Formats: sequence, structure tokens, C-alpha cells
Amino acid sequence: MKHEFDVVIVGAGLAGLRAAVELGRSLRVAVISKVFATRSHSGAAQGGIAAPIGNEEEDRWEWLMFDTVKGSDYLGDQDAIEILARDAARTLYELEHMGVPFNRSPDGKIAQRAFGGHTREFGTAAIKRACYAATRTGRVILDTLWEKSLQAGITFFDEFQMLSLMIHDGQCGGLIAYELTTGELHRFHSRAVLLATGGAGKIFKTTSNAFASTGDGMAIAFRAGAALEDMEFIQFHPTGIYKLGILISEAARGEGGMLRNRDGERFMERYAPVIKDLAPRDIVSRCILEEVRASRGIDGRDYVHLDLTHLGRTVIETRLSDITDFARTYAGVDPVTTPIPVQPTCHYMMGGIATDTDTRVVIDSDSTPLAGLYAAGECACVSVHGANRLGCNSLLDTLVFGRRAGKVMRAAVQAGGGAAVSEAAAADRVREIEDQIAALKGGAGGERTAPIRAALQQLMMEQVSVFRREEGLSGALAAIGELKARYERVSIQDPGRCFNRDLLDALELGYMLDLAEVIARGAHRREESRGAHYRQDFPDRDDKNWLAHTMVRRNDDGSLSVFPKPVTIDRFQPQERKY
Amino acid sequence: MKSTFTVYRFDPAVDDRHRYEDYTIEVESTDKILDCLNKIRWEHDPSLAFRHSCAHGICGSDAMTINGRIELACQKLIRDFKTANNFVIEPLPLFRVVKDLVVDMEPFFEKHRSIRPYLINDREPPETERLQAPDNQADIEPALRCILWASCTAGCPMTRARDGYLGPAALLRAFRYVMDTRDTDTDRRLDELDSPDGVWGCRTMWWCTDVCPKGIPVTRCIGQIKRLIRKRT
Repeated sequence: MKHEFDVVIVGAGLAGLRAAVELGRSLRVAVISKVFATRSHSGAAQGGIAAPIGNEEEDRWEWLMFDTVKGSDYLGDQDAIEILARDAARTLYELEHMGVPFNRSPDGKIAQRAFGGHTREFGTAAIKRACYAATRTGRVILDTLWEKSLQAGITFFDEFQMLSLMIHDGQCGGLIAYELTTGELHRFHSRAVLLATGGAGKIFKTTSNAFASTGDGMAIAFRAGAALEDMEFIQFHPTGIYKLGILISEAARGEGGMLRNRDGERFMERYAPVIKDLAPRDIVSRCILEEVRASRGIDGRDYVHLDLTHLGRTVIETRLSDITDFARTYAGVDPVTTPIPVQPTCHYMMGGIATDTDTRVVIDSDSTPLAGLYAAGECACVSVHGANRLGCNSLLDTLVFGRRAGKVMRAAVQAGGGAAVSEAAAADRVREIEDQIAALKGGAGGERTAPIRAALQQLMMEQVSVFRREEGLSGALAAIGELKARYERVSIQDPGRCFNRDLLDALELGYMLDLAEVIARGAHRREESRGAHYRQDFPDRDDKNWLAHTMVRRNDDGSLSVFPKPVTIDRFQPQERKY
Repeated sequence: MKSTFTVYRFDPAVDDRHRYEDYTIEVESTDKILDCLNKIRWEHDPSLAFRHSCAHGICGSDAMTINGRIELACQKLIRDFKTANNFVIEPLPLFRVVKDLVVDMEPFFEKHRSIRPYLINDREPPETERLQAPDNQADIEPALRCILWASCTAGCPMTRARDGYLGPAALLRAFRYVMDTRDTDTDRRLDELDSPDGVWGCRTMWWCTDVCPKGIPVTRCIGQIKRLIRKRT
């Protein structure tokens, strides 16, 4: 079936919906999403959104900018971070005006609390900057934006899986998607496409991410010629529930929770004497694993305790309600009386599809755009998070740059931009996809998706997670190559057209394998430690050689081109990063 | 240990009517039911269809009937059941089955959309935030826990008996906007809800409250709308 819109947005999380609300009724807008819109993974964001609105104590956008730059280990582009920080307060008030039900202080203003890496006066002390709705901040913003999109008459195509972008003469003119309930292929012709497809945490065995977080948008853009930037920077959140990876928000430490080792010691005091448990996530995750390596994990095992027992029942059950339920349901402990067993869990991709500060997808270090294609949110790398994202900055990123994408796309479409993809070219692309699906369904190779995926997740966890070294990474690259060869022989068992998850699993695995290779290549190449990328064989940051973004493009023969891109540093010069 | 899952199967392309299939798999007491269904799909039958995404009770995808009760498959663990390691897994009631455990949720969302589920405020917003008393935020807080997984509406006997009835989930969302002091359309909202298919479709049978995995006092919230309507007349 053929559809025509001015703008097609892929992904119904916060970035996609914020763009949709911005466009509203001014253009014909469609949102396609692999899951029903409100199932998007933005809804799992717990702790809050950063904004220097100063309701609890004095705050300034420059302080937020500094914290974000320092948190990024100086790899974030400062022009993009300045946009983020300057726009934060406006973004927050705008959300409130839309109806987002933030928690309130006694005077009726939006309440704020402390969060990791957020400080006053350029690092002097922790600051209350996170605006929140209990521990379901992402969920209530997602609901609000979805409902605003309904009000704005946005057309939703829920449970549609994007399979390919339609690109002709270097210009994106739409995409092809697979309707899950019918198995039908749909062509969406449009003058602009926004990718807002989220992250890829499912590449790793232990993750806080949803099953849907398989990096489809990043991989499809990559295959279409876009560059991926800084993919080696993967955030491991310090406090996932032991063995399960389910997130226990940083808000637990923002409210006063402490990490303790087997001796009951509050070990973060040793590593980050000023802000202790509220050090940024890359640091806290490494410290937890250092404790484990020094045999100070609980019972000598690979986890520590998150202790909330001193906070009292009221704080725990009102301001941390959802995570209290998680601890009770999944870990079988009541945080009011018992510490929660936690370990780092794969949480967020700092890298993604390279864009300029106006969300245009670019293909090289000179910011040459891939016309008609835009990206925002976790799938994009603009780059505001650099080598490590601060908590509460991801929601801000999705909303600031989602809105910006809406404005930029409207201007482009109204200026007459965007060329149509010809019928013949579109039909060719559909045929290619039909052949690809037929090959998966009819394949005689005998390989199955599940074991290859499990091997990939295990491999990435063991060799490409918090601690990395040369031997492990080169071994991982070879192993990924072998898994890709096995993947070529995958044949799926379900021949049906209706809700064929078997087919989607196979397609998603293809995306994950492509991204895993890019991640491992970047990690192998970068011989330094910066933010979330820690090389045991190169434990120091090396600004002389490595203060640069990693860009990766795919050549026509499938090989990768890896090249640097300079970091924009126009306000804060790199310093040693201590907390 | 071994557990047996008796699973509802229906593929419209080949089946005239539904059937049940048994799968016996190795499980741990801490496995979620969702883990078990994935294991069945990955190791035994890749054609088994069910929705899932976040896997920790936030996205609301994997509502289904487990041993006769409506549950979220990712929020129930093997150890939560005393059924001698036997599980009967069926789709949500009320809705048309698309395939296996996947149902057509469109009628549910159609009702949701009909209550104008967004903040309406006809006054120009201030430069900063609109003020809201913490008490008012606390009033609507229970309704904010809703993840739209449709258990209350699917379980409500009155919803089954009366097609046009909004049902508890849509009424709960209406409650969230009726109660919010920042919304200025309260009168019109109450007018719209004051009908046999609105709040008066609720006969206070408490099923919605009983089934909600988020502990939302749905019946009480609907009761508050009823009281506001009575107070007006």
C-alpha cells in the first residue's frame, strides 16, 4: 500500500512525539512505531528531567552546560550542549503547560531533587535540578505528548516496523515499513523522514532496555549511507537489579540512598569525595566493579547493595514508588527494611546517527547532510552526551531536539525541499525487501535466530562492556564476524503473515550484529579511557591523540570506513575530571 | 524444575477456532511468566504470538489471562503461583483475538480518545509554571500510575454487558483531567461523563480495583466523579 505525507516520523517515544506535536496540523504528519505508541521505551525513564529553573536553590544554565560538558568527559560538542542547556528551562515550562503532572513543592511550584553529576557553581556541590513525577517521569511525559498528538490529529501507524529508507540520488524520500498484523509492506512517500527510534541496549545480555530496543533506526540509516558517531560509548547504569538488569533510578541516590560493599562501607566516599554516590554513572559503575574485583562484593559475588533503609517509609513509598515495587516484585526485598542487590546494567547509547545541531543527518566530518533525513533522541548523536550522559539529560535531549527537528523539517518542507522518489525506484526497493523476506522464510541454512542472539549478547557483555582491553576486543571483532556468517544462514520457522515475531526477531538480529561490529571497532581503535569507554590497557584520557569523535561509515562492499571528527570546544577547556 | 504451559493458540490463516497446546519447559522459581513464554517461542515454537516490550511492568504490552486471572506476564513470577507448576495462558477477555495471545486493542483506545484525554486550559500560560497545590497533585497521582494495559476494562463485567460503556480505564483518565486544577473544562467534562455510558455505567462492582497491578483505586476514582456530578445538581 502507498501512503503520502509531508513528514514521516519513525518512533513514538519522546523525541518523535515532541516533533509530531510541534508539526501539529501545519503539515501532513505520520508517526510509525514498531510498538503501540505508549509502549515506547521513553516510558521507562524514571528519575527526572534536568532544568535549571531554580525552584529549590539558585541555578543557571551555564552550570548545567558545564556539568554536561564535564560529564561528557569533554567529548560533547559545546555548541550543541549550549543549545540544550539554554533551552532547558523553557522546555520544562512548556511541558508543564501541556499538562505534565510534575511533583510539587509546598508553594505549588515544580519540585526538584539532586541527581548524579549535576552541581552548582561549576562543580562545588550537588544541586537540586531534576524535575520529576515520582519515579515515572518518562511515563507521564510520554502519555502527555501522545495525548497531545491525538489532539493535534497526528496519524499513527502502530505496530509498523520500518525495514528500509527510500533514498534516491542522495535524497531521502520516504521509507518502507512492514505491518505486523497483516504482513503487508507499506510505502510511505514523504519530503522528510525523522528517525527517533531509540537505543540498542538489547545488544548486551544485562540491560535495562526493552525488547524493542534493537537499534533498528541506527542500523537502517547506517546501511543507507549515514555515518554513526561515537558508538563505542555505551552507558552502563550503576544500579540494575542483580541478575535482571531492571533499572533502579538514580533518584534513589538523589534522595539520599547509598551504595555499600560487603563490609557495609559507603565506598563512593573513597572514589568521589565531594559528591560521593552522586558521581556520574560511568564512574559509579566502574567503582562498583572495582569493589567486586577487590572481593568486596556482597558475599564475594558480583553485586553491591543500594541502601535506602535510612530514608524512611514515606520518602521511599511516595517519591520512589515504582522502584519500590520493582524491588519487591523482582528482587523479593522491601527497600524500607532491606538493601537492594544491584550491579551495572546496559542503559543508554551516547553515540548514534551523526547529525548537525539542527538534527540533519550527516555523512562525513564536514557535516554534509543526507538530504531529507533527520534524527533525534537516543538514536542520534548531536553530540550532547559525549563519552558519558548525565542522568536527567536524556529526556531533555529528546524534547529539545525533537522540537527542533519539527521546526527544521517544517521550514524545509514549506521551502519546497524534498524530492519525490519515483514509482519505479520505490517498486524496486519493495521487491528487494520481498526477496529478503522470502529468503529468510525459505532459507535452508538451518541456523536459528535465538542462539546467535544469545551468543552476541554474552560476547558483548564479556568483552565490550564496562572494562575493555585489546585482546578481548580483537577477539570480539573476530567472533562478531563469525556470528554474521552464521546469520547469513538463518532460516525462520514461522511462514505466516500475521504477527510473525520470528521474522522480526531475525531482522532485529541483523541490525544488532551490524551495530555490535561498529561498537567493537570503535572501542578497539580508541586507545585511551574516556567517559564510559574504559581500556584497562590504556587507563588514562589522552586528549592529545583522542579528543575527537569516532565516525564510521559503511562502504559499498560492506567494509567500514573509520575516521575522526573534531570536537567543538568553544567555552570550557578540558580539565582533569574529578568529583 | 519442569513446568507445563497450556497455551491458547489461534491463527486466523489456518484455524477455524482456537485450540490449546501444551509445552513443558525447564523453569526457575524467579522466572517471569514472560521469560517462560519467550523460552517457548525461542526453543519450541517460534510462531507463538504475544506482545511484550519493557519486561518490567511499565509499557503495558503483555496483558493476558494467567490461570484464569488477568495479569501482566512480566510482573508475575513462577513463585507467585501455587498451581503445582501448571499454567494456563489465554488472551485478554473482551477483545477480538488477532493471533494467539494478541488481541485487537483498538476499541479500548477508541474509548480512551473519546474522553478528550489532554489538558484544556483557555487562559494564557504564565512565563513559568502554573501553580498546583501538592495536595491536588496527590489527588491525581493514583491515576498517573495507569499503564493502559486494559486489565480493568477487560475484566469489568459491566463493560462486557454494555458495548457503549466507557469502561474503567477511560473513566480513570477522565478523572485525571477532571481533578487537575489546571484544567478549565471541568464542567463540560462532567456533562459528558454524566450519562449511562459514562460514569453511571459503573455499578461499583470493584473488579477494576481488584485486578489493577498498580494498586490504583479505580472504583474510588470513578466514585469521585459521580460525587462531583451529584454535587452540581
